[in-house]
Amino acid sequence: MNQRILFVQGNEVCVEAALYAGLGFFSGYPITPSTEIAELLSLRLPQTGGKFIQMEDEIAAMCAIIGASLTGLKSMTATSGPGFSLKQEAIGFAIMAEVPCVVINVQRGGPSTGMPTGVSQGDVMQTRWGTHGDHAIVVLTASNHQDLFAMTVEAFNISETYRTPVILLIDEVIGHMRERLVVPDPGEIRLVERLRTSVAQGTDYHPYLPREDGRLPMSDFGGVHRYNVTGLMHDMWGFPSNNPKIAHGLMRHLIDKIEGNVGDMTYVNEFFLEDADCVLISYGSSARSALHVVENRRARGERLGLLELKTLWPFPADAVRKRCARAKYVLVVEMNMGQVVQEVKKVLDDPDKVFLANRIDGAFITPTDIRNVLRLIQGKGV
Amino acid sequence: MAVKDFIRERFMPHLWCPGCGHGIVMNNLIRAIENLGIAKNDIVMVTGIGCSSRISGYVDFHTLHTLHGRALAFATGVKLSRPELTIIVPMGDGDALAIGGNHFIHAARRNIDMTAVIMNNNIYGMTGGQFSPLSGYGNLATTAPFGNIHEAFDIVELAKGAGASFIARTSAYHVTSMTEILQDAIRHKGFSVVEILSQCPTYFGRKNRMGDAVDMLNYFKTHTVPIGSKKKQENPALIERGIFVQETRPEYCDEYEKIVKKAKSEQ
Repeated sequence: MNQRILFVQGNEVCVEAALYAGLGFFSGYPITPSTEIAELLSLRLPQTGGKFIQMEDEIAAMCAIIGASLTGLKSMTATSGPGFSLKQEAIGFAIMAEVPCVVINVQRGGPSTGMPTGVSQGDVMQTRWGTHGDHAIVVLTASNHQDLFAMTVEAFNISETYRTPVILLIDEVIGHMRERLVVPDPGEIRLVERLRTSVAQGTDYHPYLPREDGRLPMSDFGGVHRYNVTGLMHDMWGFPSNNPKIAHGLMRHLIDKIEGNVGDMTYVNEFFLEDADCVLISYGSSARSALHVVENRRARGERLGLLELKTLWPFPADAVRKRCARAKYVLVVEMNMGQVVQEVKKVLDDPDKVFLANRIDGAFITPTDIRNVLRLIQGKGV
Repeated sequence: MAVKDFIRERFMPHLWCPGCGHGIVMNNLIRAIENLGIAKNDIVMVTGIGCSSRISGYVDFHTLHTLHGRALAFATGVKLSRPELTIIVPMGDGDALAIGGNHFIHAARRNIDMTAVIMNNNIYGMTGGQFSPLSGYGNLATTAPFGNIHEAFDIVELAKGAGASFIARTSAYHVTSMTEILQDAIRHKGFSVVEILSQCPTYFGRKNRMGDAVDMLNYFKTHTVPIGSKKKQENPALIERGIFVQETRPEYCDEYEKIVKKAKSEQ
């Protein structure tokens, strides 16, 4: 066995994984703490004949990957808070026009310019509702490099399967932390290639007429089928329409193809949940501190467990409900004012048993921060 | 083939007002493409938002109708991915130079091979007649009821400064030369800018008492002169038309291919 083992930053893991998934086009703009992704791809993509371009701004970088994706290339951009805000309109375009692409957001402290080198998980709700209008979105995350590799590949797989942008939402600690990565062998992780139309040249092709399973077989720009792509509400030919019936049908399709397949996109890690009477829920780098607390308390015989979410949106409500059913307390650990905790409260029958351990100062949440809240919940004082 | 062979008849009638100059531009753009003999499958037309941008829906190419101001950024992604395709980007004056101004100067700077056609009607038509960066000082618009106090861009000078390697100006009146200029622009390897003065009788004309569409076309006839004309020396207010810049410079996708070769050889 000739395993490839690396000791790298999370941002480098994203690069390795994107290339593994078949990345063909990257455009970006410099921003802390995601810049290493662009730097590395400016080196690696030309070596494989792939395309790299540094655009004039964040908006242009998002627009360029949509254009590239329409020619058939797997496309990606990477950014952080302020840049992610700027990309929102074009993310909505990719949703509406059903263009596969991957957007990495390495979260830093906000709002505004905030703390560029500080960690945060304050963009969870922005990934959900950042672009205007009703829509569904897929958002994945990870707390360690092996998972990050797998979730990056899965981001491409989901985007190609459902013809939708997928947000890979990591944070500054994951992006800059170095740890071991065993690079999977080719073929070890399943890769989804784009579904292309089998309609012959000269036959009327309906680019926006979904198959029964909701998938849309694509035709690449430059191919034999010429069609219109627009951010306006559109009919099966991609032509703008104000017809309420057509608008309703398209809205249902765009939302149902995601919300109706939550099970296929739900990824979680479970630790000691079988008999846990206190369930911690966390994601991203926060989950590392949460796991530390759980392991320590288990060693002392306390029945703590951890549910780590790797899918944030569509929110894995069933998974959360099931794992928390028997818990006396649920403690959500995150670095924001409480974004996932509200979702957890929403899906549980007894929201009063849900508590928050958080940190919002740009510093990493520690096991002590979590233990302090646990003591309060358990009535032991601080 | 006839012009109508390039039109998606299913999507007619178009939404342009009676007398609008944009249909003339579409007609000449199609004639230019037909004269050049480029296959429809090899053309990608990318547009932004506005009256002019609706052109992409009506023509039978690969068409991408994007966001306000961002057409050139989307087009850059298409072109870099598939350099062999011919990219045409029709835009309005507000689309190209206000909200899209940054993308315009940077696409010109890169000299990426595509043709930017700016249909300049001096106004935001789709939203009902607000002043654009080309409305000009003193003119009236729905957001300049007391007269516009913003100076206008000179598109040709702006494109020169930004580094475009082909720059031309013509008008909706000058249909014969418009076709020729568009052919030269599309054939040119590099970033081509063609400004086409186009009449908006509904808003710019009406607000500024310029008469109907025919009067506005006559205005283009009487107020423009070929580049280097003596009349321009006598009356500097006249607008020059013709090809201002046509130079061979390194093209972005070619340069990128050199990078790929270098990267592979150094591996």
